[in-house]
Amino acid sequence: MEPIAIISIFVLAVFVGFEVVSKVSSTLHTPLMSGANAIHGVILVGAIIVADHSSTNLELGLAVAAIILATINMVGGFVVTDRMLEMFKPKKGGEKK
Amino acid sequence: MSHFLYSLIGLAAGVCFILALKGLSTPKTARRGNIIGAIGATIATLVVFFYAQEGESLPLNNFGWIIGAIAVGVVIGVPAARKVQMTQMPQLVALFNGVGGGAAALVAIVEYLHLGDTANTAEVIATVFTVIVGCVSFSGSIITFLKLQELMTTRPVVFPGGRFVIAGTLAATLAAAVWVVIELGTNPLMILAALSLLFGILFVLPVGGADVPIVISLLNAFTGLTVAASGYVLDSTLLIIAGTLVGASGTILTRLMAEAMGRSLFGTLFGAFTAKPQEATGAAEERPVRSGSPDDVAILLNYARRVVIVPGFGLAVAQAQHTVRELADLMLAKGIDVAYGIHPVAGRMPGHMNVLLAEANVPYDQLAEMDEVNPTFGQTDVAIVIGANDVVNPAAQTTPGCPIYGMPILEVSNAANIIFLKRSMRPGFAGIENELLYDPKTMLLFGDAKASLTKVVSALKNL
Repeated sequence: MEPIAIISIFVLAVFVGFEVVSKVSSTLHTPLMSGANAIHGVILVGAIIVADHSSTNLELGLAVAAIILATINMVGGFVVTDRMLEMFKPKKGGEKK
Repeated sequence: MSHFLYSLIGLAAGVCFILALKGLSTPKTARRGNIIGAIGATIATLVVFFYAQEGESLPLNNFGWIIGAIAVGVVIGVPAARKVQMTQMPQLVALFNGVGGGAAALVAIVEYLHLGDTANTAEVIATVFTVIVGCVSFSGSIITFLKLQELMTTRPVVFPGGRFVIAGTLAATLAAAVWVVIELGTNPLMILAALSLLFGILFVLPVGGADVPIVISLLNAFTGLTVAASGYVLDSTLLIIAGTLVGASGTILTRLMAEAMGRSLFGTLFGAFTAKPQEATGAAEERPVRSGSPDDVAILLNYARRVVIVPGFGLAVAQAQHTVRELADLMLAKGIDVAYGIHPVAGRMPGHMNVLLAEANVPYDQLAEMDEVNPTFGQTDVAIVIGANDVVNPAAQTTPGCPIYGMPILEVSNAANIIFLKRSMRPGFAGIENELLYDPKTMLLFGDAKASLTKVVSALKNL
């Protein structure tokens, strides 16, 4: 990929990242951190790519370890975030808002 | 699958992540946001299996290993996330973040081994960055986990000459980084990884317990950046977008958290270098306190017009959220004005108390944020502090130099009466003595928060 394309993507993503969370109430700090944490579990994609082209046992072994860790990060992250947010859902009919 | 289609689907996953973060910023859409993020991650993972990298063919090599490893990850990750108790969620997030950082570092190492001499300088620099930051995030998160799980001391660990050791380790790490870039080779990279792991440990050890959430958030942002750097090396737009998003939003979030606690980020991270160990606690232990019975508390509450409940980590530990709601409902039925005063960082994480009370179906409108509730303490007859300590400690306003100085607190000392529900006289997470416990208008009710509250509820019913 062209270096300028990569730099553009990077810079734009930085601003998007700043923008989307700039006004979040403290109530949601923990779930938001946890959700962002789960999103970087997408390194799983990278781990799969390197596992695909591993040519030695050492490489494969490290790649397999990376896949396990990344999967824990991603899957566990989304599940735990959902559990935190589960508690926010209004259960009682009598509540307004 | 063509490269174009592959990239397009990757972009769709990236958009999912943006929508996920956006959704997570508002209570109403938070849960949906998380699910959109999970969908994005699933799409991204599935599509890799249908796209052959340059010079490769489908199905992927080592397909069985890949599927097996994912299965192992799911088998470990899902039950851990499902079974964890509310009180332990923060450390689980720290742990998940750590393994993510570890995964990023491993990916960088494997790709480095694979590229060998064909790696260009920019790729080597990105690799070095990923290895350093990924390893720091990994070992640092493990330490935060141990601190939050109370498997080690929650106080800042400062040892003589500590700052020189840390500075030395940092210098050695950077030197190793330069060495890798110039010399290439596996051994320098392994030494770099080892030094980075050590630096991560040393970096987090001096951080005091109350500041740990900020550090977790920072390490989370770090891990995001390593994912972006891996994306550069692996030529994956998706990883660059996702990693950068997390890095940027994580940085903002870290700053917001630090602001909520009234700390400068710099002070949090480097305060322990300069801080002196806290003293002057020992003698204070002997001072008299006024402790009461559940009946005393019930009587006080019965004749109050306005009561503010201040929950803290002790409430979470005792799982007393349902009991506290029962008490609040009972008081409301008696015509007493009840509000919950929520400190932004009560518990072990920002928002911890909101989540906990939401679980017990406490109505949103009874939860008052700090700025809202502080001016009302003057008209409050009783403030009940349940398992909270640091967030109401006046030392934050009166004792310059103490670790929490400058943190905004809930000014319960302005209430006419203060009731503390505590397990013991042990100081709070930050390890600082609380003057308020010795205040003549303070009454202490010792014991497990849930047991104590249950007794107060039944006493109040009988009045």
